[in-house]
Amino acid sequence: MIEDHPLTNDHLQSVAGGGLLDRRLFLRQSLAFGTGASLLLAGMDATGAELPAWQKTPGAPFSNYGQPSPHEKEAIRWVSGNGSATGNGISWTPLHKLEGMITPNGLHFERHHNGVPQIDPDRHRLSLHGLFRNPLSFSVEDLLRYPLVSRICFVECGGNSNAGWHEEPIQTPVGYFHGLASCSEWTGIPLSTLLDEAGLEPDARWLIAEGADAAAMNISIPVEKALDDTLIALYQNGERIRPENGYPLRLILPGWEAVLNVKWLHRLQAAREPVMARNETSKYTELQPSGKARQFTFLMDAKSLITQPSPGYKLRGPGLYQISGLAWSGRGKIRKVEVSADGGKSWAEAALQEPVLAKSFTRFRLPWRWDGSPLVLKSRAIDETGYQQPERAALVAERGRNGYFHYNAIVSWAVAPDGSLSHVYA
Amino acid sequence: MSMRNTALRRPLAVTAVVGWIALTAAVAAAPEGPKLGKPLSQADIAAMDINVFPDGSGLPSGKGTALEGKAIYDAQCAACHGPKGSGGSAGELAGGSALDGPHPDQTVGNYWPYATTIFDFVRRSMPLNAPRSLSDETVYAVTAYLLYINGLIGETTEMNAKSLPEIRMPNREGFVRIWPNSR
Repeated sequence: MIEDHPLTNDHLQSVAGGGLLDRRLFLRQSLAFGTGASLLLAGMDATGAELPAWQKTPGAPFSNYGQPSPHEKEAIRWVSGNGSATGNGISWTPLHKLEGMITPNGLHFERHHNGVPQIDPDRHRLSLHGLFRNPLSFSVEDLLRYPLVSRICFVECGGNSNAGWHEEPIQTPVGYFHGLASCSEWTGIPLSTLLDEAGLEPDARWLIAEGADAAAMNISIPVEKALDDTLIALYQNGERIRPENGYPLRLILPGWEAVLNVKWLHRLQAAREPVMARNETSKYTELQPSGKARQFTFLMDAKSLITQPSPGYKLRGPGLYQISGLAWSGRGKIRKVEVSADGGKSWAEAALQEPVLAKSFTRFRLPWRWDGSPLVLKSRAIDETGYQQPERAALVAERGRNGYFHYNAIVSWAVAPDGSLSHVYA
Repeated sequence: MSMRNTALRRPLAVTAVVGWIALTAAVAAAPEGPKLGKPLSQADIAAMDINVFPDGSGLPSGKGTALEGKAIYDAQCAACHGPKGSGGSAGELAGGSALDGPHPDQTVGNYWPYATTIFDFVRRSMPLNAPRSLSDETVYAVTAYLLYINGLIGETTEMNAKSLPEIRMPNREGFVRIWPNSR
């Protein structure tokens, strides 16, 4: 399957079918690429008549808060709202327009049940009650004085990728298929610190979290997770969390489905049993062919997908390309991502971009020489527990197609001779 | 025989003890904070606590019937959820085919495992354009109406803090807990 090939003089020996090359190719050749780029720049420096306007007049002044280039208008969240209730719906992260592992704050996916509350932080309180020795209330100002910790992790909706259950493969850019997942550096207070201060009673097994939005979204969280790595997050990627992501504070449960990461958090009730809220019974449960439904499917299983190239892009003729994609697992670190360019007959190991962090997006890359023939690209993730992302047929055979949530099967892109890509079940 | 029983029981006891140690250890290891929390009084808590549990804890006083709930449903809910809980733009609330069939609607009647969830959700979230605008009496009446159109209670059956948790929903046993058994 995977073999270590020393790079030969032509640097372009295949390691798997369909033209997949050694994952170290780009590393070894970076010096050569750099030289080529500087020659190109030198060629542009001609008589002055060819210089663009932005080199001949002073640029724009400083700005209080930077915005993307106007030439990047397509790197936006795609809003799939409810026509009759604009605050109920989702917006997708355009994964096909992004690189690296961090999602820009303005592009983090959204799921709101009844709009984005405009919360005055001075009037917001976080209250802990129920099975606590000392029920307590904290102001935001209080919380900002607590010892903070940061961690990079993904947040993924349990309903992400659910078009994969459809009978026919959906034809849409990858971000509007798998982009209910984003990855940020979250900074906040370990929830255990506050539970300790309020004196969590030993018979408390669940925390019922509630948001201060118009839906007053509530859901039950196991005490084990609350004490393990759950954060009361106040900052996202260095700045205070934005309103649509939970300002002034939200829960972050690394690796667990996003609905538990309650935004605009204002109340935690400790209890012996789950509250059996609407969003842990009638929704975010997965009906199986047997008629029984999976409940409390908290972990987000390993997933990977190729973002470059992907549907909506067109390869500009045969030649060398870099395959780039994302992999993540709620169980821990990504151990390995394998890529196939022959529909799964052979696989090559992709390079994992450092840092590779537990419960975080991990960027993978692999050089590829396309010869212009039609083929199918796939990727599959294996995490540090040994869990391997399943083929779609295996997932559907196990769960049926009515589960709606927790779809994580291998994704396949067909490449046509004209260089266009489409989503296929292969 | 008794030895075998003991042998079977012991690992459970050990697991429970280990679980407890792990929990207390985690709390003990929590980073220390400046302890700025302010005490909450019982009145503070009562004013904010709207969680309703399957055993009925959290349910307020008050009562309502489907007969009373119909007018409220027609005025506040039918525009999105359709007349009698089906055919609207929002989720189907009534009816639904067998859950092991091809594409079943998952409704209150055929899918929701607890009647208390109806009260909890309607009171906190509905109607979408004016949440928290319904009185507790009104929520009891709408809850009764949703149970009635699913054939689970009569039109004049009173729903209150005692009777609502006693409703046995048809899909009560329809769920398999994935956490913590198979992570």
